[in-house]
Amino acid sequence: MRLRDITGLLAAAAISVALAATASAQDKTVKIGGIYPLSGNAASAGVHGKAAIETAVDIINNAHPELGNLPLAKNAGLAGLGGAKVEVIFADNQGSPAVGQNQALRLITEEKVVALSGAYQSGITLTASAIAEKYGIPFLSGESVAANLTERGFKWFFRTTPVASDLAKIYLDFLKDMKAGGVKTDSVAIVHENTEYGTSVASVISSVFKDNGLNVALDIPYSANTTDVQSQVLQLKEKKPDVVIMVSYTSDAILYAKTMQSLDYKPPVLIGDDSGFSDPSFIKTVGKISQGVFNRASWSVGAPGSATFLINEMYKKRSGGDDLDDTSARQMQGFFVLCDAIDRAGSTDPAKIQAALKATDLKPDQLIMGYKGVKFDDKGQNILASGLVIQLQDGENYVPVWPKASARTPPVFPYKGW
Amino acid sequence: MSSILVQVIVGGLLLGAVYALFSSGLTLIWGMMNVINFAHGDFVMLGMYVAFVVWTLFGVGPFVGAPVAALVLASLGVVVYFGLIRSVMKGPMLAQILGTFGLALLLRYSVFWGFGADFRTLPENLVGGTFDVLGIRIQASRLLAGAVALLVTLGLHVLLTRTSLGSKMLAVAEDSTAAQLMGIRPDKMQAIAWAIAAAATGIAGALIATFFYIAPTVGETLGIVAFVTVSLGGFGSVPGALVAGLLIGVIESVSAYSIGAVYKDIVVYSLFLCFLWFRPQGLMGKS
Repeated sequence: MRLRDITGLLAAAAISVALAATASAQDKTVKIGGIYPLSGNAASAGVHGKAAIETAVDIINNAHPELGNLPLAKNAGLAGLGGAKVEVIFADNQGSPAVGQNQALRLITEEKVVALSGAYQSGITLTASAIAEKYGIPFLSGESVAANLTERGFKWFFRTTPVASDLAKIYLDFLKDMKAGGVKTDSVAIVHENTEYGTSVASVISSVFKDNGLNVALDIPYSANTTDVQSQVLQLKEKKPDVVIMVSYTSDAILYAKTMQSLDYKPPVLIGDDSGFSDPSFIKTVGKISQGVFNRASWSVGAPGSATFLINEMYKKRSGGDDLDDTSARQMQGFFVLCDAIDRAGSTDPAKIQAALKATDLKPDQLIMGYKGVKFDDKGQNILASGLVIQLQDGENYVPVWPKASARTPPVFPYKGW
Repeated sequence: MSSILVQVIVGGLLLGAVYALFSSGLTLIWGMMNVINFAHGDFVMLGMYVAFVVWTLFGVGPFVGAPVAALVLASLGVVVYFGLIRSVMKGPMLAQILGTFGLALLLRYSVFWGFGADFRTLPENLVGGTFDVLGIRIQASRLLAGAVALLVTLGLHVLLTRTSLGSKMLAVAEDSTAAQLMGIRPDKMQAIAWAIAAAATGIAGALIATFFYIAPTVGETLGIVAFVTVSLGGFGSVPGALVAGLLIGVIESVSAYSIGAVYKDIVVYSLFLCFLWFRPQGLMGKS
């Protein structure tokens, strides 16, 4: 036997051993697909989301009795499936609805995942979840807020986050309250990016506001991948609205902050709706020139020693020191709800997982987010999702400012900027 | 004219100068060597990161960052020419497209791996903040970028039309076999062209970094504008790229302000297509 034959045989033997090893490991793993923007313009958000999901996997697969009532934390693995471990197969949506759809297809047909989670941008969640629906695989989105995602009559789509109508209500109640306190809110401008997320959130906010007597005087759509936003800022500068609401992804949120400074424009009240304005990159790069911007959140790091505080510490080891932001925390919460359902289903059969998701009834103390609970309606929407208003007062950390019960400090007017 | 409209136009001109600045390198390569460099936007991105690293390490702005970026990118340009372009130029057009596209992804994701996906920025007042001229806001960093765009354009134009190096480069572009018979080494000339083009792109990146965000994927956003600017200006025409850049900047600004930001691309690209219909060689390209 020549040397080459021997190495060949050895290689074959090694491969078969490896295959056998994966086969036996597979028996004890539950594969879940995670679709996130790991490249492209939203990669910063995607990479943070991935770190959040990996933290959740660590919490589920290892024993973490210190995390209190959080389901799946106490023991290692999924008790309902004999201690099976959870494995997430990450897929990159590249910021494109078409790629997101292909990735969903690949995860379902080739990776044989039992459920899907993701996909950050509402426009991509829209296409990816349509594939899951077709194949009868549960899809849970913890973060996408576009209203129509749960209006399609889908049977396999579930969503834990507050949606556009919830946040429109939060902003409305907040502004009404502020108006009672003497803040001028007579005219509102909405500046939004023009994919699914920005368009739908803006249209819901504007209709909810109009129904309640708030005048949306200006609606400025723009494309998220733009090189320049001077004209939009000048339009605002000319029309002088009392309140400006921006619905933006990170790259454009940064451009707006910089351009507003260079054109010396400060709206009296500026609300930046979550995504771009919650990205840790936003705070690090332009937080100091965006002091006083309002935002919404359902996440708060909490007191030292609390479960959320410990989770944040675990997350920081994976994120390179960044605190868990609201978007990534909502993604993590969604993932916990999905895994909890798989655990209760005691099976990887998609129909059983679907049934378990429908039966979900989690209490506030079982969540990492400040929701009133998790319970899905017939459309798959969490009816107990809620949030509060936060403000970037010092340019470094958002603090809860409204409603009063959850506020750490009163809101500050007008917008300070730099 | 209202002062806001003047501000819109001034903003458009400054934006256009920046477009011209990062397009000059592309027009040199595209027009003179008939190579479409799909990695161009990512060269700009590298220039931005060089400026960022220079600022992080030494705390100095683009006055040091831009020359360093020029050096780094020029070296990269030579390496890319000998390592990739020289061989793909012998193949079909598709090889050039795929080769430079592959290079774009390699550069993008190397930076992604090295620096992470985070967005970064340089401090706001690195180049003197913003000043007021008769109520018009002018950002010093954009003005500097605009001024450098003019200088780079002028420099490249003089180089190509007034120097023997330029004549040799043009000779190689025209007919490399004939140039070779005249004792010009095509390899050397093309490597120099790549070095110069990449250096100009590096300078552009370092200056844009002073007022734009820095991210591994920023080349995608900027690259497309460069291609449009170059084809409108005329392939290989450096002054053409300047005029085209200014034109696109102003049209974008004015249409975004008067019609709406989502429509600005429609306006720019339909005018662009109409123009090419009548003058396919671009503003200042040779027919």
